Amino acid sequence: MNMEEEKKQEILLMKGNEAVAHAAIRCGCDGYFGYPITPQSEILETLTVEKPWETTGMVVVQAESEVASINMVYGGGSTGKRVMTSSSSPGVALMQEGITYMAGAEVPGLIVNVQRGGPGLGTIQPSQSDYFQSTRGGGNGDYNVIVLAPASVQEMADFVDLSFELAFRYRTPVIMLSDGVIGQMMEKLVLPPFKPRRTDEEVRQQCPWAITGKKGRKNNIITSLELDPHIMEDHNVHLQKKYAEIRAKEVRYEEYMTEDADILIVAFGSASRLAQKAIELCRQEGMRVGMLRPITLWPFPTEAIRKTSTRVKAILSLEINAGQMVEDIRLAVEGRCPVHHYGRMGGIVPTPEEIVEQIKSIK
Amino acid sequence: MTNQDIIQPENLVYEKPRLLNDNPMHYCPGCSHSVVHKLIAEIVDEMGLEEKTIGISPVGCAVFAYNYIDIDWIEAAHGRAPAIACATKRLWPDHLVFTYQGDGDLACIGTAETIHALNRGDNIVIIFVNNAIYGMTGGQMAPTTLMGMKTSTCPYGRQADLHGFPLKITEIAATLEGTCYVTRQAVSKVPYIRRAKAAIRKAFEYSMQGKGSSLVEIVSTCSSGWKMTPEEANEWMEDRMFGYYHLGDLKDVEN
Repeated sequence: MNMEEEKKQEILLMKGNEAVAHAAIRCGCDGYFGYPITPQSEILETLTVEKPWETTGMVVVQAESEVASINMVYGGGSTGKRVMTSSSSPGVALMQEGITYMAGAEVPGLIVNVQRGGPGLGTIQPSQSDYFQSTRGGGNGDYNVIVLAPASVQEMADFVDLSFELAFRYRTPVIMLSDGVIGQMMEKLVLPPFKPRRTDEEVRQQCPWAITGKKGRKNNIITSLELDPHIMEDHNVHLQKKYAEIRAKEVRYEEYMTEDADILIVAFGSASRLAQKAIELCRQEGMRVGMLRPITLWPFPTEAIRKTSTRVKAILSLEINAGQMVEDIRLAVEGRCPVHHYGRMGGIVPTPEEIVEQIKSIK
Repeated sequence: MTNQDIIQPENLVYEKPRLLNDNPMHYCPGCSHSVVHKLIAEIVDEMGLEEKTIGISPVGCAVFAYNYIDIDWIEAAHGRAPAIACATKRLWPDHLVFTYQGDGDLACIGTAETIHALNRGDNIVIIFVNNAIYGMTGGQMAPTTLMGMKTSTCPYGRQADLHGFPLKITEIAATLEGTCYVTRQAVSKVPYIRRAKAAIRKAFEYSMQGKGSSLVEIVSTCSSGWKMTPEEANEWMEDRMFGYYHLGDLKDVEN
């Protein structure tokens, strides 16, 4: 970007949660349905302050529960509209029923999870302990959802439109897996350019499967039910083929100082920001440490990690949890190098100095 | 005169509603669902809303409603149909959006979604088929099961100390500011069917006029679940069900 272009873009300062709300309005989102829970309530609050129903026509509903919210998303997505919800860990646990219905019935939609520590009611402090819940499906049945992990306020904003693009390309729910750090902290950002909502006619054309009223076509049905096991198996095979295509085409990750690294940190979201600082400190002491940051947690950057594992001495999985992503790393590495985990739990975020100590203990 | 001479448009006295599919219904003999389906198919056609109607089917016996009425359908998770209808109607405000739910779906697992959709005044219609039992899963106790009534999970009869009391959710709905029309009907005899049809039509019209949410309860039979012949089930319904679930309008903003 040259100086001229940079000048034209308005640089704002806001929370990650606020960024999601503004980005939703700007990227043609048709509806938001949510229920208050800390640390993500600013998303619904910002939307109700902005009143997009008076400008873009975006619908905003404070639902009676997360169960209702996700089913509103299931309904809205079934009609071909770009709809979303947001919540934090215990609320997203409640949404799993709706998410598996969306996966089964192939309904697009966005679920933003601003994670907090658990289990149970846990804490309102940040955590990354919903990695398994997000990447393993979370609800009943054989399915996966695309999981994007933003590491900055800018990415909280940018991933809204990306999530909708992916959700509709593959007719699947997409989870944006953020956490209390990224949701609550304020950073500079440039909001995405304004994109109008699709017209009803565009929805009918682009989503011929959607529930829009059977105008000029035979009736459409959105369902995840099929009692004939042969047909149901065929449907499952179809879903698995779709997941294989997503694995092949949609892996996203970023590398940081990996060229000469002999210790590789793998970290996503807010942990990757801590890792970045820890790497700077290590480099000052002459240690060659780099990072691979998965941006999609599912599909996981298995190939990239496998390739890197042949040229590093060890891998450290840095997560703000008890060790979840480390399992996917070990599956990718298949014993080619030692894979360690370091994490804190219960809402405690590790310091860069702690991480440096961990790296030293590996060496 | 041959049969072919008789089969002429001018001799037509009755025909299958155009929007009722040819799929054989899975409902048991004597079940009320088929009559309610037929009424909905007729009314959508008569109102000219075939291209603008979205039905939300429940979990329960009517889960396959989408196989029988030729409109767009979303099949909901158990009890969640009103939440789906809320979003659908708000995103497609010129469409007719209705849910079709049984008593277990609506008055038990989906109580929260039902009450809050009605209370928000979402311009939707809830068709509530109340047969006082879980039909699809084999005749278990429902929130609407009458006192003393036997089911597979209250085999000695429903009793207050063990099971609490039958829920009159339609009466609750009538107290909510968001509802414009709340009524209880039946389809066991022709006069009832005529009144039920008028009620569903009124509810559909109110929703298209943006008057608020409507609940149309249809007190129904479940001969299989009740272990009765269809005839016995109809008699039992009129003797017992009507005595607790009184037929008639509970609320009409226009009256």
